[in-house]
Amino acid sequence: MNRLRPGLVATLLASLVALFLLMPLIAVVPVSFTARRYLSLPDGHWSWRHYEALFSDPDWGHSLLTSLQVDLLASLLAVILATAFCIGIWMLRPRLAGLMTGVVLLPMVAPPVVSSLTLYFFLTRLSQWNSIIAYDKLGGVVVAHMVMIVPYAVVVLMVALSQVDRRMDLAAQSMGASVPRRIFGVILPNLRFGLLGAFFLCFLLSWDEIGVTLFVTSVETITLPRRMWMGLRDNVDPAIAALSVILILIVTVIVVLRALILLRRARKAG
Amino acid sequence: MRAALFLIGPVLLFLGLSYLLPFLGIVELSFTDPQPGLAQYQKVLTDPLTLSVIARTLRLCILVTLVSVTAAYVITLLWVRGSPLVRSLTELCIMIPFWLSILSRAFGWLAMLSNRGLLNSWMKHLGLIDSSLQMTRNEFAVVVGMAHYLIPFAIFPLATAMRNVDERVLTAADGMGASRGRIFWQVFLPMTRSGILGATLLVFVFSIGFYVTPALLGGGQSVLIAELIYLWIFQIPQWGMAAAMSVVLMLAVGGILYVLMRRYGEMAK
Repeated sequence: MNRLRPGLVATLLASLVALFLLMPLIAVVPVSFTARRYLSLPDGHWSWRHYEALFSDPDWGHSLLTSLQVDLLASLLAVILATAFCIGIWMLRPRLAGLMTGVVLLPMVAPPVVSSLTLYFFLTRLSQWNSIIAYDKLGGVVVAHMVMIVPYAVVVLMVALSQVDRRMDLAAQSMGASVPRRIFGVILPNLRFGLLGAFFLCFLLSWDEIGVTLFVTSVETITLPRRMWMGLRDNVDPAIAALSVILILIVTVIVVLRALILLRRARKAG
Repeated sequence: MRAALFLIGPVLLFLGLSYLLPFLGIVELSFTDPQPGLAQYQKVLTDPLTLSVIARTLRLCILVTLVSVTAAYVITLLWVRGSPLVRSLTELCIMIPFWLSILSRAFGWLAMLSNRGLLNSWMKHLGLIDSSLQMTRNEFAVVVGMAHYLIPFAIFPLATAMRNVDERVLTAADGMGASRGRIFWQVFLPMTRSGILGATLLVFVFSIGFYVTPALLGGGQSVLIAELIYLWIFQIPQWGMAAAMSVVLMLAVGGILYVLMRRYGEMAK
């Protein structure tokens, strides 16, 4: 078998690709410690000023709060809508199920810029009628994020539902359980990991969402990615390097932890 | 059928009102703003400026797709077929950048490539160059940044295809005395064809409507379709043109996805 493992050339090339993937993550670390106000490397003098700026500047804290509000609300609502939809398709198996699923998945496959334009058009029109779900308002951003993340929740939940044993639901049905009873008593408890996974994915996508957010916000509702964008576009602000280092640390810890848990589980099983 | 109404209805109603209906509004704008008729489409497809943007987008996206799929193939090989330790290490190298915010990644490339960035300082230290090389605000930076973002999306379909390769076929080729190179080029690579096709189309579709990375790394110097649409909305308002371009983009992507699904359907049979 060992003969069929990747050889020296393949390993070398793959290492180059791995290096390429990690390169920008490595590059932000020294930049985050520069003492200057612009993108540069620290020349002998390392400074924490950009980390301090992140915590002392109220704008960053405010954006963090906006992001958390938008992301939690959008993820929660998106998962609820997606769960109802998936359970409906799974239980009732309507004709046109394929078409309906296709419609729901549309925002995932459409080019992001087209979705952005569409949602911008939608929210500016709504602004004439109300000031909650509107352009540059919290409610509007929540709706825009929901549109973009609902398809991903549907995909995760469809996969999770395909693992649920249909016979359990049929047993409940034949013993006279009503539809709500079947959903809350049988299906949802069996779906809890799928729900958790869908919520987690939605939150992550919403946390990172910038393409659409850029179109539907301007000065009032500024999420964290939107503020990063402003710092990147106008004059490259090293505070973004500091923030990126923090984000890299968080992601690394989560990914490594997950890998370790999977490894332990595999050891136990094997 | 009351259950269907309450379960399936809400999400369809939500997307219908907030996505499908406004998209129809965009389609309507593309035929009416500023003048009724096909003038906007004619301009999108004949104006030298938009044509040059479309050509640049196609050229860069094809290049990005080739780079991404090739790089992804090599690293997926290690991820799927390496020893357990190598597999875990490769997975970290793939997953950490994948979960990192697209903005942090673009910023990372600015930190790497800009005039006062890491690469220029290193090369100056080593005496390779005297003055900084201009590596951002051009197509090079756009291709690097986009490929970096898209490689993971190419890895996932490739990994599925590689995991589905029947081990016994490889062992048989090995047993009959085929060299390692021959096993790879004549047995393994052809058996992952569906993954290569899937990865190629997926990456191309993703790259073609890409806005954030090209805008940041191209620095306004190499405008792609998505950035042009942004400019037509927020800088020089031309709603009809933006709408027409969006419809053209949507049709192109829809066409590619249709081909993809047809091909996969045939392969599944």
